[in-house]
Amino acid sequence: MDSETDIMQTKQQLEDIKQVVSDVLAMAKAQGATEAEASMSKVQGIAVSARMQEVENIEFTNDGGLGIAVYVGRHKGSASTADLSPAALSLTVQKAIEIAKHTGEDDCNGIADAEQIATYIPDCDLYHPIELDTELGLSYALAAEKAALDSSDKITNSDGASYNANVGCRVYGNSHGLIAGYPSTRYNLSCVVLSQSEQDMQRDYAYSVSRVSTELSAPEAIGQEAAKNAIDRLDARKINTGKYPVVFDRQIASSLFGHFVGAISGGSLYRKSSFLLDSIQTQVLPEWLSIAEKPHVKRALASSPFDNEGVQTKDMQIVQDGVLQHYLLTSYSARKMGLTTTGHAGGIHNWYVSTNAPDQAALLQQMGTGLLVTELMGQGVNGVTGDYSRGAAGFWVENGIIQYPVHEITIAGNLKTMLKNITAVANDIEARGSIQTGSVLISEMQIAGN
Amino acid sequence: MTSSVQANLLDASGLSIAQVNDTLGLLCTHDVNYADLYFQSSQHETWVLEDGIIKNGSYNIERGVGVRAISGEKTGFAYSDDINITALHDAAKAARSIAPAVNVTQAITPFATVHADAKYMSDNPLLQMQDAEKIALLKSTDKYIREQAANASQVSVSITGVYEEILVAATDGTFATDQRPLIRLNVSVLLEEGDRRERGGSGAGGRYAYDYFLSDDNGKPFYERLADEALHMARINLQAIDAPAGNMPVVLGNGWPGVLLHEAVGHGLEGDFNRKGSSTFSGKIGQQVAAKGVTVVDDGTMFDRRGSMTIDDEGTPSQYNVLIEDGILQGYMQDKHNAALMGVAPTGNGRRESYAHLPMPRMTNTYMLGGEHTQADIISTIKLGVFAPNFGGGQVDITSGKFVFSTSEAYLIEEGKISTPIKGATLIGNGPDVMGKISMIGNDLALDKGVGVCGKDGQSVPVGVGQPSLKVDEITVGGTQ
Repeated sequence: MDSETDIMQTKQQLEDIKQVVSDVLAMAKAQGATEAEASMSKVQGIAVSARMQEVENIEFTNDGGLGIAVYVGRHKGSASTADLSPAALSLTVQKAIEIAKHTGEDDCNGIADAEQIATYIPDCDLYHPIELDTELGLSYALAAEKAALDSSDKITNSDGASYNANVGCRVYGNSHGLIAGYPSTRYNLSCVVLSQSEQDMQRDYAYSVSRVSTELSAPEAIGQEAAKNAIDRLDARKINTGKYPVVFDRQIASSLFGHFVGAISGGSLYRKSSFLLDSIQTQVLPEWLSIAEKPHVKRALASSPFDNEGVQTKDMQIVQDGVLQHYLLTSYSARKMGLTTTGHAGGIHNWYVSTNAPDQAALLQQMGTGLLVTELMGQGVNGVTGDYSRGAAGFWVENGIIQYPVHEITIAGNLKTMLKNITAVANDIEARGSIQTGSVLISEMQIAGN
Repeated sequence: MTSSVQANLLDASGLSIAQVNDTLGLLCTHDVNYADLYFQSSQHETWVLEDGIIKNGSYNIERGVGVRAISGEKTGFAYSDDINITALHDAAKAARSIAPAVNVTQAITPFATVHADAKYMSDNPLLQMQDAEKIALLKSTDKYIREQAANASQVSVSITGVYEEILVAATDGTFATDQRPLIRLNVSVLLEEGDRRERGGSGAGGRYAYDYFLSDDNGKPFYERLADEALHMARINLQAIDAPAGNMPVVLGNGWPGVLLHEAVGHGLEGDFNRKGSSTFSGKIGQQVAAKGVTVVDDGTMFDRRGSMTIDDEGTPSQYNVLIEDGILQGYMQDKHNAALMGVAPTGNGRRESYAHLPMPRMTNTYMLGGEHTQADIISTIKLGVFAPNFGGGQVDITSGKFVFSTSEAYLIEEGKISTPIKGATLIGNGPDVMGKISMIGNDLALDKGVGVCGKDGQSVPVGVGQPSLKVDEITVGGTQ
């Protein structure tokens, strides 16, 4: 249930922030900026946690900041501040202008072209405030952890359960005259527990995140899932070194497409720092796979009516039948490449990866014998070459059936081939991020173990 | 006498010591056994050179106060990005809600200023060099790289400077201030050869002034040495063949490969995890957790180091803490909260990213003491293995003890000699296992060059790592062959 007073307060706050952004842009112009853009956010929230059925932390969060970029001719300067006093705002603008006096002239610099600027602000339904109530949050956290602790005597310890609620506003403005903003909310409930056997101790977690508090998963379900995950990992073994097919569980499958995002982003492309250079209109994924971007999906976590440069976001088919349709460009990277911005300043907006298998069980059947990966560790990915080598944990699968947990192994390959070797994506869609995908089967990777 | 930090953080905000004291008093009207106020201001600048021009510069300011109230194992916390008496009282009222009100207000220990010998200069590095000189440094680095490598298709050079002032006032009488400079230079280069492209990078920094990068390093300015390192890494990687997959002996180089210790043992020895019994090292003080000969320390007292602190973020002077001595676990790293709950003394490891974050036990400069072997001796003992002198980041699961770290420069060792370069691979092991498999320790202890960032619970803090060259008898190497 939305609280009327909170909505009124937020509306007022949004207007106040718009005024600050407008003032700051005017200040920049007065100090000699030919173009300027500024963004400002204010987020208030609570973060509460419970551990071993006792209250652990209660935090009241209140974060805000303003960032400005000024262009003096084609020279750029940036500055930001978390201190929003008039003196600090004034100093921030002054610093940005000073910096622009020292930076080089770059023809690609400047705010987004006028014809790209958002002309309508679609309502993405991101704002569902509730009263920030620490007691309510604690009751959720306690219930989640209790469910985990009660579910099995193998759950011997806990790292606690936490509840976060955040209510905020974001405003963007630039010297084309655009000043637009919107409020949003975000709620999160998570639980981390430890399982123990005679020889082994493991931890795992479960969580739920939503724009709407009442749409969070039930605390009991989160606790039980955390407990099950931690117990399933107990007494994991290493497996032998060799080449095997690999299923990426839905919770980590999005990371594969995350590396893909990096590779087709303008910043990597114009720097020649991508393993997918000159890949537009080429086959980068299997023929049956498509990826759609939908920036205005109501209540979705990565919805955004405009990007970080005020550019209108639009529905877009990123990959059609495995062929790359669009690079992900900002105004700057687009100009560097002689193209037009695609509205990706600040990242992607709700990707939907197509599927061709009903569920993970079907994927495991299709794989037969191989590795189901449920956790990845480390950052062993080379974005320039696509070389991929990461720590992993998961389960050994034979004839489509999970046999035992596996850990202390690595999986390795090259992303260019890994992406083409995706043989199936299941329909068990992971919806808690900006990339919605199910579990992914890759036909072969190198595993290092015993 | 009023310090300049006190003048900037309190006086300039219209706050008196009496009001700071009153705010702590407000916190103590609830059942709170410890409370503190953390005032902070920071300035941060970055200059970036790319495509031969200064692409961008940015400047960031932050100022605020965090208020913490501890009652047993519970913590209440609130903060404000505005330092004034109203905001301070509001934050105190929010933080104390962690515990019920009490009738008799507890006494606050009168403030005693913490005195600790400064571990670095107190000047603001942003002001110690003109902007034009900072830019000249970036341009000289770029020019040097272009001269050395005609096939450099991308060169990116950046410098970052931070200056922080902090003031801690606590109910235990702590009253402490610190001024913290921190600078960093990063070089990244992309080389092309035929159809191959590879990146090489290097960086350095610490609690210095920017002219540190201009200082002489064996006949060359330091920035040229860093450029040489980045070029070397890219050139080596252009020649690299696929890395092997499986268990094998690995020789780790000295310096930055100490990220091994940070992941394999460092995090697992932080007091909070051990109080909660969630670390693979929990309850193991006095036990053998590493091979004989292995001594690991966390040392916040080193002069000018990136991970050093004169006082930690709770006002405790930094210390030289022996974590593991000759393979035996000696103790954990503590902040005040966890130390009190475990009945030990704080160790100067209470750190926080900013006023808007809660302190936790964190590492400072973590390193292993040297042994007796030369690196060449160590390598000569291996028939087939890997030599890894440089790494990217790492990660650890402190409960299972599994950790990873990824090579950014590595070679095969064949018949006791370094042979072909191999592509980046992730190494994975179990902390206590791998520490037990260290069979040779080099006599070449070195600290990293000052670029480490440690992440924990979403908070980043600057840290240092170091070690001599080491032989690990067996660890899993995650190559593709």
